[in-house]
Formats: sequence, C-alpha cells, structure tokens
Amino acid sequence: MKNPQLNKNGELQHLLTTEGLPVAIVRDILDKATVFLDAAEGREIKKFPLLHGKSVFNLFFEDSTRTRTTFEIAAKRLSADVVNLNIGSSSTNKGETLLDTVNNLCAMHADMFIVRHSQSGAAHLIARNVAPDVHVINAGDGRHAHPTQALLDMFTIRHYKKEFHNLRVAIVGDVLHSRVARSQIHALTTLGVPEVRVIAPKTLLPAMVEHLGVQVYCNMEQGLKDVDVVMMLRLQNERMLGALLPSAQEYFKHYGLTQERLALAKQDAIVMHPGPMNRGVEIDSSVADGTHSVILPQVTFGIAVRMAVMSMLAGAKV
Amino acid sequence: MNVHIKNGRLIDPKNKTDAQQDVFIAERRIVAIGKAPQDFVAERVIDASGLIVMPGLVDVAARLREPGYEYKATLESEMTAAVAGGVTSLSCPPDTDPPLDEPGLVEMLKHRARSLNQARVFPIGALTYGLKGAELTEMIELTDAGCKAFSQADAPLTDTRVLMRAMQYAATFGYRVWLRPQDCFLAKNGVAHDGEVATRLGLPPIPTVAETIALSTMLQLARETGAILHICRISSAAGVEMVRAAKQQGLAVTCDVSMNHIHLTEMDIGFFDSNCHLSPPLRSQRDREALRVGLLDGTIDAICSNHSPVDDDAKQLPFAEAEAGATGLELLLPLVLKWAEQGKVPLLEALSRVTINPAQMLGQKVGHLSIGAHADICIFNPKTSWKVEPAALKSQGKNTPFNGYEMQGRVCYTLLDGQVVYQSAA
Repeated sequence: MKNPQLNKNGELQHLLTTEGLPVAIVRDILDKATVFLDAAEGREIKKFPLLHGKSVFNLFFEDSTRTRTTFEIAAKRLSADVVNLNIGSSSTNKGETLLDTVNNLCAMHADMFIVRHSQSGAAHLIARNVAPDVHVINAGDGRHAHPTQALLDMFTIRHYKKEFHNLRVAIVGDVLHSRVARSQIHALTTLGVPEVRVIAPKTLLPAMVEHLGVQVYCNMEQGLKDVDVVMMLRLQNERMLGALLPSAQEYFKHYGLTQERLALAKQDAIVMHPGPMNRGVEIDSSVADGTHSVILPQVTFGIAVRMAVMSMLAGAKV
Repeated sequence: MNVHIKNGRLIDPKNKTDAQQDVFIAERRIVAIGKAPQDFVAERVIDASGLIVMPGLVDVAARLREPGYEYKATLESEMTAAVAGGVTSLSCPPDTDPPLDEPGLVEMLKHRARSLNQARVFPIGALTYGLKGAELTEMIELTDAGCKAFSQADAPLTDTRVLMRAMQYAATFGYRVWLRPQDCFLAKNGVAHDGEVATRLGLPPIPTVAETIALSTMLQLARETGAILHICRISSAAGVEMVRAAKQQGLAVTCDVSMNHIHLTEMDIGFFDSNCHLSPPLRSQRDREALRVGLLDGTIDAICSNHSPVDDDAKQLPFAEAEAGATGLELLLPLVLKWAEQGKVPLLEALSRVTINPAQMLGQKVGHLSIGAHADICIFNPKTSWKVEPAALKSQGKNTPFNGYEMQGRVCYTLLDGQVVYQSAA
C-alpha cells in the first residue's frame, strides 16, 4: 500500500495527516515557515509570487471561520487565486456526492484543495481521486486529522522551546473526538518528544490510546506535573448530550486549566489552544490571557505554516 | 439426464468420504458412488481428472437484494454468481425492501428463484413486522410459504421482552431463530472495531461488548424459551468463548462466521478502504485467531459469504458514510480453501463448514452426496490460481476487500439437480 500523501519520489504530494510523515518533511515545513514569518515581519508588502496563477479552492463541508480564513490569507500571500466554498453539511442532502463536487471543481482547473469535512477519511478519498497534478490539504476530517494545526503547534513549540527531545507535553481534554489531538500526538512523537501525556476522563479517551505512544492520566494535577507544554483541546457543548460528561461546571472543576493547576507545570511552561476557546469550560480566562499563554502567536504562526505547506506542495523553492 | 462424473476426488464431509470415486446421477439424484448401477447409460460424462467433486456449497447468508434493491443486485445476477462460486443452496436474510414479513413476498421470491433454476433459495423470514422489533410476524404462514428460519437480519431488536416472546413463539412450533448479536446502543453510529485502528483513524467505534452483551441476552433467552438458536456472524474472541461455554453446558446453539472475518482484521482498513467497511466490523488479530480456533474445535459450525452486494456509488464515500457490505458468493470456496491450507485443516473437515453443517442449520436435506440425495454438486480444480478482479465477477456487487488477492481453487462445473448450471470457460 503506497503512502497516500507522498509521491513516488517521497516528496509531499498531499498533506492528509501527520501520521507517517517523514521527519525531514516536518522539519522542512517548519524551516520554510520560519522564512515566511521572518520575511513578513517588517515588510510593507507581505506577498510572495510563489503560487501566482494557481487556483486554490477552500472546500469546507463543515463550518469554520479561523481555519478557512488563515488558509485564505496564506494562499493570497502566496499570490494564488482563492475560491471559497462553504458547502456546509447539507450538501449531500442536495444529492451531489463529495466526489462529484470535487470532479466539478477539477473541471474548473483547481490546482489545490483545502478540505474540511465532518467524516474521517474524506480528504483521503478526495486525494485518491484527483489528477496527479492536483494537491489536497486536509483542513480537518472528522475525528481523524488536522495536520496543519498540529504543524503550527509544533512551530509554536519550537519557537518557544527550541528543541523537542527534552520536552514533556500534556494534551488535555476531549481526545476522543479530537482530530487536533491525534495529529498533535503523531507530530510530537515524530519529532522525538520523549513524553507525551493525555489528560481526560475515561469517557473522552479513545480505546487503546496508549498505543499511539502516549501516557494516560485521568487526574489533571498528576498529569500537569512538570510539563513544558500544555496543549488544551476545545470541549464541544454537545458532549454533555451523549452522556459523556455531566456538566461543563463539573468538567471545569476537575479538568479546567486554572492558575493553580498551571503552577504544577514547569515554571516556563507554555499554554496552547487550537481555538475557539470556551473560557470557563476548559480554560480559565486568567490563564488564556496570562503570561504563559501563546494562543495568539499560534494564530500568527498558523499563516506562515500554511504558506510553507502550500508552497511545498506546489513545488516552489523558498 | 444420466450423468457420470468420472476420475474425480470425491469429498463428501457428511459421509466422511475422501477418495477417488465416480459419481452417477439419474433422475436428478445421486444413484451410485464408485461403481455404476446396472444398465446405467451415461448421457453426459464429465471427466473430473485432477478435480475435486464435492456437494454444492450451502451459504447461510447471501443477500440477493430483491425485492427493493435491484440497483444493487438482482436475482439473475446473484444466482449466476452463486453457481459460478459452486454455491447451490443459499439462504437470504429478510432485510429486503419491503422485508420478508409477508407470505406473498416469500412466495414471489421462491417463484422467481425457481424459474431461474440455478441455486436453491431458502428464505429467512422476518422475526418482527418490518423488522421493526415490535410485532411478531405470522411465522406459521411464513413457514408454509417457505421460510426456513426467522431473523432480524442486522436490524436491532431493542425490546428484550419482544425478543423473548418471539423466541417463545418460535419455540412453540420448533422454528429456528437466527440472530446477529449486536447491542444497538453500544454500536450506535459505529463503523469499526473499537481498537487501535479506529482510534488512529478517528472512526466511530463498535466495542466488543456490543456483541457479547447481546449474545449473553440471546443465550439466556434460548435457555429460558427452548428456542432453536443460531448465532449469525460472530466476530469476537469473547463471543466465541461464550458460545463455546454455552455448547459445553449443553445448549443446542449453532453459530456461523463470515469468510471475511477469518481472513481480515481491522488493519486491512488501511487508509480508509471502504471495501473493509463491513458489518460486523473487522476486529483485531486476536479475534481473528480466536475465530479460527472456534471453527476448528466446532464452536463455530459454518462459514458463510455474508454476500452483500453494494453499488459503487454507495462505496465511493468517506468510510463511515459508505454502505457496509461486500460481494462474496464467488469467493467463498477459495477463501475456505485458503483457510484450510493456512490452518492445515484437512479438506474433508474444512468443507463440512460450507456443506453439511450449514445444511443442518437450515434443516434441509442438501449439502451431501448420499445415495438418493439431490445431485447438487460442485466440481473444482484445486490447482487453478486466479486473481480477484472485480470486473470479472458475475455478481453485480463488485466491491470486495479481496480485490487483487491471489486465490487458489476455481469452480469448473456446478450441477443443480443433476443439471450443469455452470461450466467454466477454460
């Protein structure tokens, strides 16, 4: 079985998941992102002509503001033509299948698809069915993967911590439903982080999660002890409906990130969140806005990382 | 027509025969084995040198998709597939549209099948109206129309009291109840085994307890009601252990497994291969090994194809949205042979799982080649290697997880009632 995101020369053809991504490619993306970030600092014109004449389609079958916007900005800064399609989850009700939608857009000479879909594996399905010169970036598929989020998180960690090989990282919250968590775990282990922890009640942990190379903690205090990085996950409100949690209040009481709990981590620990945050549910405002928080820099870095991925897929030298 | 099948290796599990023996057929039935009866004049001689002659296969789970899902498959296409796979008897689950809950529907199906005259169809009637799990069907009427057992197929029966009454009622008349153990709450929205692969791929899981909890209920109700219970499509090691224990305690329960589950595991899903979206889900390596052990020690009585043709459109979707199921009739024999070879199971033993054992579950006098039996015969070449190519399959369903696999053993002739209903091109 061929690796679906690499071409036959082992180069990045699509970005579908951080799982199985060669570490050299991950480092390359982070390095390229640094170049874009440095170049953007203090530049009057933030544009690069690397994707000039290319059509990038933002194909969002699931609502998103932040991710879609950052992809749009990234593509525009690379001088691509960007088309936004918010198809919403109702599109299948109109009778058009996912592949029909994609084939139609391919007929409009799309060069790159940024895809978000509520079903795990949707980006893989599209990648399998497009022409060899079309690239697919997974912007989130079901519970499976959100690789650019994980890569921007790695960029953030490297920015503040310089190295990966000496870190202790905790991922806190709804790992069960989180594509972000899965992609973070694969990226962290790929980059050689020796200790990755997940912290959550058992209802929010998938089966055999320890097989992904993480240590499982159900106690927030124990899990946060001496960590260098705290990666919070968003808790969706509908989780209360599926009998996974009794209430947001009880969750915050036991798993919310507060100043007191953060004090258990290393003194120079950083706090991350993929957004959008639920203040008072998974994170206390004083932490979100506090000195350890790098949540807003994450967003800035996200644009540079997405530019790096897109330019790499387009084969551009930076 | 008088037929003489000569020089073949006859394997008939019921009669414990595995020897080079000729078979003589007259008036649709087996009239002699070994030596020709006096005055026997063959009108057709089939030279089976180098070939294996066995009873036609009995497949206890083959969806023909009629009525209601003709765009997925038709009786014509699937019966052709059956005989190309050496299957001469099959039973079809009641999950058609409408479900097989009315005698008229059953009669229509039987009539259609008979007119095609390729394989025998033994319908399984719906246990409850519309498979809705609320009201009992007219089991006596349905039996008179031709139903051989009653089942919910994969439809849930959440109300345990209804299940108990259905089993009591069936037990009153000695009817067979075929149940697929899956707790619908625990399996809700699930598409893959609750293990490492589902966790990695972020696929909604179906835990093993979904099978074992339902199984426990069924076994206890069988004890309580005295119903003749058959467990369909067992998939987990824990489930096999429960059936083994029940059998040891003397419960008259039988059990089948799909051919997919003795060869594949969750790992075969790979990068979201929707051909591996099956129901029950493919489970872990440990489960697969336990299923194989269960097959060998008699805990599991039969192997079925769980043939469920799905149209391409329903498979070309993200994994969870794709329809569960795979084509199977033409792969049943080679996959049983593959299992036998891998597990070093003598053919006489292995082939009982697709002949006499399933025939007994159906209570039908098929699946063996005794004198006087229906001359339903499969003749295959055990040495023919072939590659599974979907386009070459006769079934209208082209989706199979075994796409591209090398198979060994191919059907040369299939006879139904002594008539050749399939003959391979080669």
